[in-house]
Amino acid sequence: MSKNTIRIASGQGFWGDWLEAPVRQVEAGPIDYLMMDYLAEVTMSIMQKQRSRNPELGYAKDFVPLMRRLLPTLVRKGIRVSANAGGVNPRACATAVLNEARDAGLAGKVAIGVITGDDLMPRLEQLLAAGHELKNMDTGEPLETVLDSVQSANAYLGAWPLVEGFRRGANILITGRVTDTGLTLAPMIHEFGWAPDAWDLLAAGTVAGHIIECGAQCSGGNCMYRWERIPNMHDPGYPIVEARPDGGFVVTKHDGTGGRVSVQSVTEQLLYEMGDPTDYITPDCIADFTTVSLKKSGKDRVEISGVRGRPATDLLKVSISYSYGYKAIGTLVYAWPEAVKKARAADKIIRARLDRLGLNFDETVTEIIGADATHGRLAGKPDPDIAEVQLRIGVRGRERTPVERFSREIAPLILNGPPGVTGFAGGRPKVEEIVAYWPALIPKSEVCSQVEILEA
Amino acid sequence: MPKKKSHKVKKRMATKKVRLLELAHARSGDKGDTANVGLIALKAEYYPLLKQQVTAARVAKHFRGVIQGGVERFELPNLRALNFLLHGALGGGGTLSLKTDAQGKVFSTALLRMEIEVPRSLRV
Repeated sequence: MSKNTIRIASGQGFWGDWLEAPVRQVEAGPIDYLMMDYLAEVTMSIMQKQRSRNPELGYAKDFVPLMRRLLPTLVRKGIRVSANAGGVNPRACATAVLNEARDAGLAGKVAIGVITGDDLMPRLEQLLAAGHELKNMDTGEPLETVLDSVQSANAYLGAWPLVEGFRRGANILITGRVTDTGLTLAPMIHEFGWAPDAWDLLAAGTVAGHIIECGAQCSGGNCMYRWERIPNMHDPGYPIVEARPDGGFVVTKHDGTGGRVSVQSVTEQLLYEMGDPTDYITPDCIADFTTVSLKKSGKDRVEISGVRGRPATDLLKVSISYSYGYKAIGTLVYAWPEAVKKARAADKIIRARLDRLGLNFDETVTEIIGADATHGRLAGKPDPDIAEVQLRIGVRGRERTPVERFSREIAPLILNGPPGVTGFAGGRPKVEEIVAYWPALIPKSEVCSQVEILEA
Repeated sequence: MPKKKSHKVKKRMATKKVRLLELAHARSGDKGDTANVGLIALKAEYYPLLKQQVTAARVAKHFRGVIQGGVERFELPNLRALNFLLHGALGGGGTLSLKTDAQGKVFSTALLRMEIEVPRSLRV
């Protein structure tokens, strides 16, 4: 232990990110840790649904074949993994990976740490009875109002359970709802022996985690600054943090990969999903992003220093999902001439027909893609000569039947609406169940994480 | 009267209107029904202009009719950046939203459409 520098590589910015990224990270150069973030706000509810149908599921399924592909190299190079791929069923995920490890002839060489304790669903009634209202952080409503439709409830765990997993010898850590930043911070705490109250150091590791948690979004992906000059984006280098015991770190990527790590690319990512920058709250600390100092320190290298932190709060955020209702979105394409006019006329017709059917929705939204869909009135008057636009109408309601009926009101416009219409190859709009997000807080003392080590 | 006119002429001479696109880059994201936009000065000398003119009130006016709630602003001089929270921007946010940009990904460029007054001598 007490290495001078460790290299933590980001291999996945969300469930569905580029499958080649973690492979490139492991093969294209030296790293010590591979960090993979799989969980967005509503991912847990999707996984919950999968587990309710099959008790062996409820995790990021792609993770298992990916580990099969990576494990021989990970073992050979001594690379350790932290991933929140476990979703609502980390143990099942770990078992599946263990089976792959044994199949690959790696028995005795892989120890998987399973982090649990984030799942509050079985204790929800008990927590409410104990006086925790789990009020919605955005609206202030108590959870009671939607209790019957709650589908999942998970506390965000921080880095410390992972630190214990590494300390007990795990080389692969599979977790449920652990914060994105905790996955990057944990290897630093473990390697450098950082104290639980070393707030500046913990904040530095948290900032590092924030920078690489969205994968290539800090190394040239979705980068507005001189985007056309960012090279070889067919093979973007995902970010790597070179961390030091003093909390300073460098963001870089493997030599020979595409993309770009620059002060501008890192700054854009620092601001992504930012609230009050002085008050970035995680289970591990509060980081102050106004203290972050960036400096170019070489080609595709940005040095970060000066990060200051404050003591963590006594609360954990809880990610709750509940069944809200249904939505459907229908589209049609109108071509020149008078494409926008025709699309607007079609919208009027559909709305009049929905009215006549007596269908009521919580919300009906019309956008004209090509005119106002993303910037609204800020886009100015649409070009009257535009080649084509897409009419996009969405409805949302609590009941399935009216939304279902709406989905049958789009196609008829092809024959009984304004002319110049096409683009209905996709068929009837799909009625989707809405699982909504309910953020809440709970005292840390109510949540107890567990670490279990499984040997292949 | 003549005095007032000359003052106006002088003012017009001294400044010019420039779109934020020429002065800054940006990234936006979501938190529930709130979009955040990080606005980053392309050059250090642009930051004071952004700080002075791209106020929360000005941004609220810019997005009038596009967002339902208020606007908050935070300063990050270390990154020569401003962070804006646009409340009620995402049609309910997350899975509830029916909008194309349900996650507020391109509120960044919507803000870069705004024009501010800069000294005529400023090279952009």
